[in-house]
Amino acid sequence: MFAMSVSQSQTSPASPALAVSVEGLTKWFVHRSLLRRSEPQVVTALENVTFSIECGEIFGILGANGSGKSTLVRVLSTLLIPDQGTARVFGYDVVREASEVKRLINRVSVEASFFKRLSAMENLLYASRLYGRHGRDLRADILAVLDRLGITREQVNQPLEQFSRGMQQKVAIARAFLTSPILLLLDEPTTGLDPRSKRDVQALVQQLRSEHHATILLCTHDLDEAEALCDRIAILDRGRPVAVDTPERLKALVARPGAGSPSLEEAFLALTGRTLEVELAP
Amino acid sequence: MTVDVIPKVSTRSRFWQEVCATYAFIERNLFLMRRYWGWEVAFTVYTVASSLSVMYIGKAQQANQDYLVLYLGIGTLVWSYLRSIFSIISEMIAWERWEGTIEYTMMAPVSRLTHLLGVSIFSVLYGLARSALLLGTIALLFGLGLGRANLAGAALVLAAGSLSFIGVGMMAAVLPLLFTERGAEMTFVISSVLLLVSGVYYPVAVLPGWMQPAARVSPATYVLEGMRAAILDGAPVTALWPVLWPTLLIGLLTIPAGVLVFSAVERYAKRTGRLKRSG
Repeated sequence: MFAMSVSQSQTSPASPALAVSVEGLTKWFVHRSLLRRSEPQVVTALENVTFSIECGEIFGILGANGSGKSTLVRVLSTLLIPDQGTARVFGYDVVREASEVKRLINRVSVEASFFKRLSAMENLLYASRLYGRHGRDLRADILAVLDRLGITREQVNQPLEQFSRGMQQKVAIARAFLTSPILLLLDEPTTGLDPRSKRDVQALVQQLRSEHHATILLCTHDLDEAEALCDRIAILDRGRPVAVDTPERLKALVARPGAGSPSLEEAFLALTGRTLEVELAP
Repeated sequence: MTVDVIPKVSTRSRFWQEVCATYAFIERNLFLMRRYWGWEVAFTVYTVASSLSVMYIGKAQQANQDYLVLYLGIGTLVWSYLRSIFSIISEMIAWERWEGTIEYTMMAPVSRLTHLLGVSIFSVLYGLARSALLLGTIALLFGLGLGRANLAGAALVLAAGSLSFIGVGMMAAVLPLLFTERGAEMTFVISSVLLLVSGVYYPVAVLPGWMQPAARVSPATYVLEGMRAAILDGAPVTALWPVLWPTLLIGLLTIPAGVLVFSAVERYAKRTGRLKRSG
């Protein structure tokens, strides 16, 4: 019914005009038990995913838990090798040219992922130095970014385990900022945040795009967030792309004559046959 | 809210970036040491106490008391140093899994050689500091007689031993990548077996015959033989060659092999999704 509007006839995958180009991406995981003589269980996390993201775009991936969003981000982050298909970041293949890709990207995941006993300053020094940042400016830059994120000088040297989740997530955003990625991969960056922290993070995302001209891939299951931030949205269901388009066009896809404009949630429900709250079994 | 400081990306050469990254691993581990200072104190007290306990066994003997104390002291010092190197390198993945940072470290634009080098440099510095503390305590309590010792020769053997243990540690570090839940335990088993077969507290000759071939492939065996020859007997460097070359050979083989194996296993982990799971 809603044939994949994924075929967007973009330019060639290697074109640097595209920030991300994904073609026929497939990833499966095999779970086998060494002790039990049971058949290995194969879980398809991504199945023939094709889309592209233009430079400077905020591109949303919308899907329920278990729909393959994080797997897609991990492939683009060079942390997973796909089984079929290709993924390119600014023309660089994420498998064969991983070291080039790593210089261009950074990621903010749903888990803040820090050395918990280290302070924000210590964690950010480590993360920045891995990207070749050094010298006197670095500490000043870290303080400036954290200050603007609302983290005080006293808090900068406190262990991150004493921070709230919202504050940890802000430090995670600072970590990404400090390496100046031109592609930022955001994997549910606002999940579990209070409304104010959520708004702060969303403002930062928009600012990163407008001031740093970064391209942003935002995985979320927050429909309001997707609609507010994203230029285009891909809906992923059980590892398969169901539709890719602007929020308005996605809603128009499922609009019924005389029924008024549907919400993005209704569009998601119509396109996938399920709500976002459903946790998909592996 | 706005952030008016969006730092510029580093424009330094690749080489310089790798140097910065090497330093990043050293500095990070120093930060961790400082933050986990309670555990550092506990481990140091344990190491000193267990080393002194072993040396008092020598002191309790009637014959060759001084020789035995020094023999056991060298064993405990060298093992403390080599085990530090092995543990820090082999547990680097397990540690990051536990903290939940492994994906961010693996995602950074750093060569795996740099990663392993940074951790190895820290492990040597850490091992030297711990051993110096231990040596100071032993010297204070036992008044070691080092009049005959060839200290330069001993340092040479220790340097060669460091290389070989860095290589062995790199090989072992792949285990937590391969086995997300049991890898760290396996590295512990390896260090325990090395302790048993390498003649740390006794000559290898007292081991059962079937166990002795394992001693010949353990770099610790050669390091301990060389250290004892240099310190107890004052053996010149030329006389240390029979233990130096196998130690160097193990290092020359295991370091490049360790980097290659690590890279291959990292690729396997990325194919099978093992980086994500925390052990």
